[in-house]
Amino acid sequence: MTAMLEINDLHAQVEGKEILKGINLTVKPGEVHAIMGPNGSGKSTLASVLAGNPAFTVTGGTVTFNGKDLLAMSPEDRSHEGLFLSFQYPVEIPGVSMVNFMRAAINEKRKYYGQEPLSASDFLKLMREKRAIVELDNKLASRSVNEGFSGGEKKRNEIFQMAMLEPRLSILDETDSGLDIDALRTVAGGVNKLKTDNNATIVITHYQRLLDYIKPDLVHVLYKGRIVKTGGPELALVLEDKGYDWIKQEFDGNKGE
Amino acid sequence: MDKEQNSKNIIDEATEGEYKYGFVTNIDTHVIPKGLNEDVVRYISSIKGEPEWLLDFRLRAYRHWQKMEMPQWAHLDIPPIDFNDISYYAAPKQKEGPRSMDEVDPELRKTFDKLGISLEEQMRLSGVAVDAVMDSVSVKTTYKERLAELGVIFCSISEAVRDYPDLVKRYLGSVVPYTDNFYAALNSAVFSDGSFVYIPKGVRCPMELSTYFRINAADTGQFERTLIVADDDSYVSYLEGCTAPMRDENQLHAAIVEIVVEDRAMVKYSTVQNWYPGDKDGKGGIYNFVTKRGLCRGDFSKLSWTQVETGSAITWKYPSCVLAGDNSVGEFYSVALTNNYQQADTGTKMIHLGKNSRSTIVSKGISAGHSQNSYRGLVRVAPKATNCRNYTQCDSLLLSDTSGAHTFPYIDVRNDSSVVEHEATTSKINEEQIFYCNQRGISTEDAIGLIVNGYAKEVLTKLPMEFAVEAQKLLQVSLEGSIG
Repeated sequence: MTAMLEINDLHAQVEGKEILKGINLTVKPGEVHAIMGPNGSGKSTLASVLAGNPAFTVTGGTVTFNGKDLLAMSPEDRSHEGLFLSFQYPVEIPGVSMVNFMRAAINEKRKYYGQEPLSASDFLKLMREKRAIVELDNKLASRSVNEGFSGGEKKRNEIFQMAMLEPRLSILDETDSGLDIDALRTVAGGVNKLKTDNNATIVITHYQRLLDYIKPDLVHVLYKGRIVKTGGPELALVLEDKGYDWIKQEFDGNKGE
Repeated sequence: MDKEQNSKNIIDEATEGEYKYGFVTNIDTHVIPKGLNEDVVRYISSIKGEPEWLLDFRLRAYRHWQKMEMPQWAHLDIPPIDFNDISYYAAPKQKEGPRSMDEVDPELRKTFDKLGISLEEQMRLSGVAVDAVMDSVSVKTTYKERLAELGVIFCSISEAVRDYPDLVKRYLGSVVPYTDNFYAALNSAVFSDGSFVYIPKGVRCPMELSTYFRINAADTGQFERTLIVADDDSYVSYLEGCTAPMRDENQLHAAIVEIVVEDRAMVKYSTVQNWYPGDKDGKGGIYNFVTKRGLCRGDFSKLSWTQVETGSAITWKYPSCVLAGDNSVGEFYSVALTNNYQQADTGTKMIHLGKNSRSTIVSKGISAGHSQNSYRGLVRVAPKATNCRNYTQCDSLLLSDTSGAHTFPYIDVRNDSSVVEHEATTSKINEEQIFYCNQRGISTEDAIGLIVNGYAKEVLTKLPMEFAVEAQKLLQVSLEGSIG
């Protein structure tokens, strides 16, 4: 099967500091990839760069998404093309109801594909269906975007939006951070329900815990802006057991630093 | 490009929009020579066929104005204004009083069409009676007959002077005396036209009354005068909306709105102000120096001001409530948006004179570009006005590093039983919010519109439905840029 996402020697910097120093990664439809690594290794930067956050500057490399040049697209077109980022820190937008926000998002995507906007009743029906997947309370859906949501509610709201937009590739950036075990189970359950043979997921996490619920096909270790190790699910268990120090030693040692 | 610079550029690009309503209508306009003196005042009065008492009123105002100076206390940088370089009267020439739409000048109708307020549509669809003011003379008043059945008077102030002299004489200047301030004195001397509304006792006006203002002739000051009287137990909702054509010379606008609210009556006054704000470099634009005040004279009377201010180069405006009646209620809901080099100093005065009177102030300022946006408000509670309450919420949203938001609240409470609350916040639209929207497929322009409308929601919901939709679009248009 052909690759959905092909990252080739990707370099990126923020405020003049190079964070990604040559990332290579191939993701195929139906796959779940986990990206792990110590703090500051560049995990969230990778997610931001793929989503097109203008705070980051790509300085080299290519990214192909469904055969198209991802880096040439605006952030909104990346979204329309099926890339979804579940934010580590979902942003509050006071006064803008989730309903209006999602309707704008859905209808922009429909416009991109030359479709008519959804009618109000069809849209609300869709909201109801998708809400059920992450057990998101109706009250939350009628409140302003993320405003006054607890940490768990915010993450659940991210997965709800993912369900609404039906992306081809979902990047979950530290979706487990700040979640208690019940919330973690609900969020992971939602992600699993949305999984098909045609979409793919990149799970970015510091801990192995989330991977008990979302089973990865491949686990990558990101360190100092490079993927330094790739393995099966068992790699996550090794990291859980031994921490990241051995990776650091191996990598820094190899380079003779 | 670093992070901060980057986000600044995104917002700047999206906020460097051009004024969409800039066009000049070619209509044969009657303009008198520039300059102001007693002869000009007499001329205006005589051309309108006014009675002696009104000429007297104008002359007293003019003489008083000569002794006054332009107020300089506002947080505004106002270039010197040569009051002798302005023509004080302009009237579109047309045959006497059009009786139907067919008789209205086609050019004029085209202008209204461009503004999206075709009279026919308004008449047919919305049931809104429109008193359209183009320059100084009322062009067309609709639905008059239907209103007349209820005894509601809605006409131009010139007509009111002619047809209802006693009412006008009784109330004109009773809320805003000509001595009130520099611009009020000027307006009292040279006011051209405007609207008059009288709602009789016990009548609930069945439709929203609406006036579209439009400044059209070059170099012509515009001095509207509006007088609204709501008698006992009556209700009226009044809408004022404006756009003006683009031109380079600054234009002075000094209007007066006076409202009298009697026992248990309620008046809701809504404004969407979209006059030409000047270009991106701060060239041109309207000077909007307005005195708006309502007197809640009756017990249990209520006056509610809602304004969405996006236009004008300079705005000096404080729609106020004098709460004289016991248990009277005053409200002020405001969104003021400034962009490029616009300056606004706007707010309200709530003067509590009656016992148990209550007031609410919600002000939302939005500053973009190089603009300066100030809230100025006074809450005064008189010694005998016991058990009064005021709640003030005053928020500022900054969209650029080069714009300013300022708050000048004055609180003066003269008894122990009254409670006054003031809350204020200042926030910046941030790149994370915009990127979050982008990631969900929403463009930067739409994202800014969404965020700004969300911020202003509390005020926008106070507007009548049709107006709220228009105002939402206007906020977005005023910030919209040349993207795409």
